[in-house]
Amino acid sequence: MPEPVITARQLSKQYGDFTAVDGIDFDVAPGESFGLLGPNGAGKSTTMRMVGAVSTRTGGELRILGLDPDKHGPDIRSQLGVVPQQDNLDQELRVRDNLLVYGRYFGLPRGVIAERADALLEFAQLADRAKAKVDDLSGGMKRRLTIARALINEPRILLLDEPTTGLDPQARHILWDRLFRLKEQGTTLVLTTHYMDEAEQLCDRLVVVDKGRIMAEGSPAALIREYSSREVLEVRFGSDKNAEAAERLQGIGDRLEVLPDRILVYSENGEAELERITQLGLEPITSLVRRSSLEDVFLRLTGRSLIE
Amino acid sequence: MTALDPTSSGAPSDLSAGALSEDARRALAGGAAPRRFGAWYVAEHRIRAMRGYLQSAIVTSIGNPLVYLFALGIGLASLVPQGVGEVSYLVFVAPALLATAAVTVAADETTYPMLAGFKWNPVFFGMNASPVTGTQISAGIMIAITVRLLATVAIYFAVMLLFGAVPLATGVLAIPVAVATGLAVGGLIGAYASRIEDDRGQLPMLMRFGVTPMFLFSGTFFPLETLPPWLQWIGWISPLWHGSELGRVVSYGYDEPAWLTAVHVVYLAVLIVVGLRLVATAFTRRLNK
Repeated sequence: MPEPVITARQLSKQYGDFTAVDGIDFDVAPGESFGLLGPNGAGKSTTMRMVGAVSTRTGGELRILGLDPDKHGPDIRSQLGVVPQQDNLDQELRVRDNLLVYGRYFGLPRGVIAERADALLEFAQLADRAKAKVDDLSGGMKRRLTIARALINEPRILLLDEPTTGLDPQARHILWDRLFRLKEQGTTLVLTTHYMDEAEQLCDRLVVVDKGRIMAEGSPAALIREYSSREVLEVRFGSDKNAEAAERLQGIGDRLEVLPDRILVYSENGEAELERITQLGLEPITSLVRRSSLEDVFLRLTGRSLIE
Repeated sequence: MTALDPTSSGAPSDLSAGALSEDARRALAGGAAPRRFGAWYVAEHRIRAMRGYLQSAIVTSIGNPLVYLFALGIGLASLVPQGVGEVSYLVFVAPALLATAAVTVAADETTYPMLAGFKWNPVFFGMNASPVTGTQISAGIMIAITVRLLATVAIYFAVMLLFGAVPLATGVLAIPVAVATGLAVGGLIGAYASRIEDDRGQLPMLMRFGVTPMFLFSGTFFPLETLPPWLQWIGWISPLWHGSELGRVVSYGYDEPAWLTAVHVVYLAVLIVVGLRLVATAFTRRLNK
């Protein structure tokens, strides 16, 4: 494995009595697309702010591009692109001007910035909005502009904190497409998300985080293989009959997960399990066979759903 | 784990050229210019943002002195035909009005714009994600405010000249004196504003019960000595009084003991330094959560 661009060992962040990040270990290889998946409040954003060399860790070790962020914050940040959870574009400036002033923060010459700004506006599909006010952009456009801004210094590592939260499905797909292109160009991506489909789409490897700790690590496919079955059968019997039906379902599938509104049957073959259920004389109101997702992995690991 | 061994991570050893990766070397090169010029980049950004209200800023910069010098220097002055001390009321009041204008602009720029940068238009977090540090961001903002103060005060001074309100050539020094007065107040207000987490109307309160009374009790419109002694202390701690008196010394040679002039200079300088430090710590703390 080539020298990692990010190395964290027992990385921790404490706010008074509250432990936001509780001793996590991970490495990110150059060119890799690495994700932190977990519910709100899991410590993902705090981790990102430490990796972004703005928030000082309270314990453990952290190296970014081989440097300690405590001593080399500005140097490290010169090589990062940051897309925060909440857009912090300057609403008092126009679209293109946001890129121009931001490029200056990296000490880049004006000519270089102007050239890159135009290319990035193309990339972000905002070339025709160059003179627009930031306030007049849609949520998806603001996110794309924030990503364009994060790329003005041609970063080694792009950090994205919940990049598509709050966007409609179409805007999300446009954004995923742009991020996928960056990944193809070899940019190292580190992103947090609580959307499993996003993690599956974008991440080569991810860690599942809950309550400041890492619960599991691996590629999306490997995590699903390890912590879930190939398929999931979802059956509903009506909310008052679920528990009763669940008792009669014991022994069916590899594992059962009884949720308030439905029962999940983990199995290599969902259709076959459904047949066995009907043979038992049980008639679910609805049934659905699907492939296992990271949501199932998370449920297995924590006993809770990702989106609560 | 050698790379992470805390004993091997001391600054000199992990900076020895041979041990550094290509990435680390590029990072150190990339951080060099922002480490030196970060504050100026921020100032450039803020001045660009000020262009948004350039027109109204110019109109007020010219209109404000016209209105005040007419109303007080000519209007109110007709009630004070004997002038104040050796000089006409216009000459007496003008340097203080100049300092007051600087304080008003400084208060404008250090209240809501400071809080907004953390809350409603959280650009400071965006800046801090780049190599620029919290201290540099606060310094850059204060530089931009100084530029605006300088422009406002210079225009004001030009209008004062038109009114014939500046008898001495040293009067031009009233410009830096007024800018310094504005910065002394602005630094303190900025340090307070950038610490506000929840906006519960603290800033309007500060303006109404802090800044406005300062205008009234700082010897602006009448000499401080005419106030009852138990109110004069407000003037002594008020940067505006020190700035106004200093302005009078340079503008018309107001006769005060040399030690008192020195006190004005030192007091304003100390407030500026303390204010800037407080703003810098407030920024660093808030950005480094």
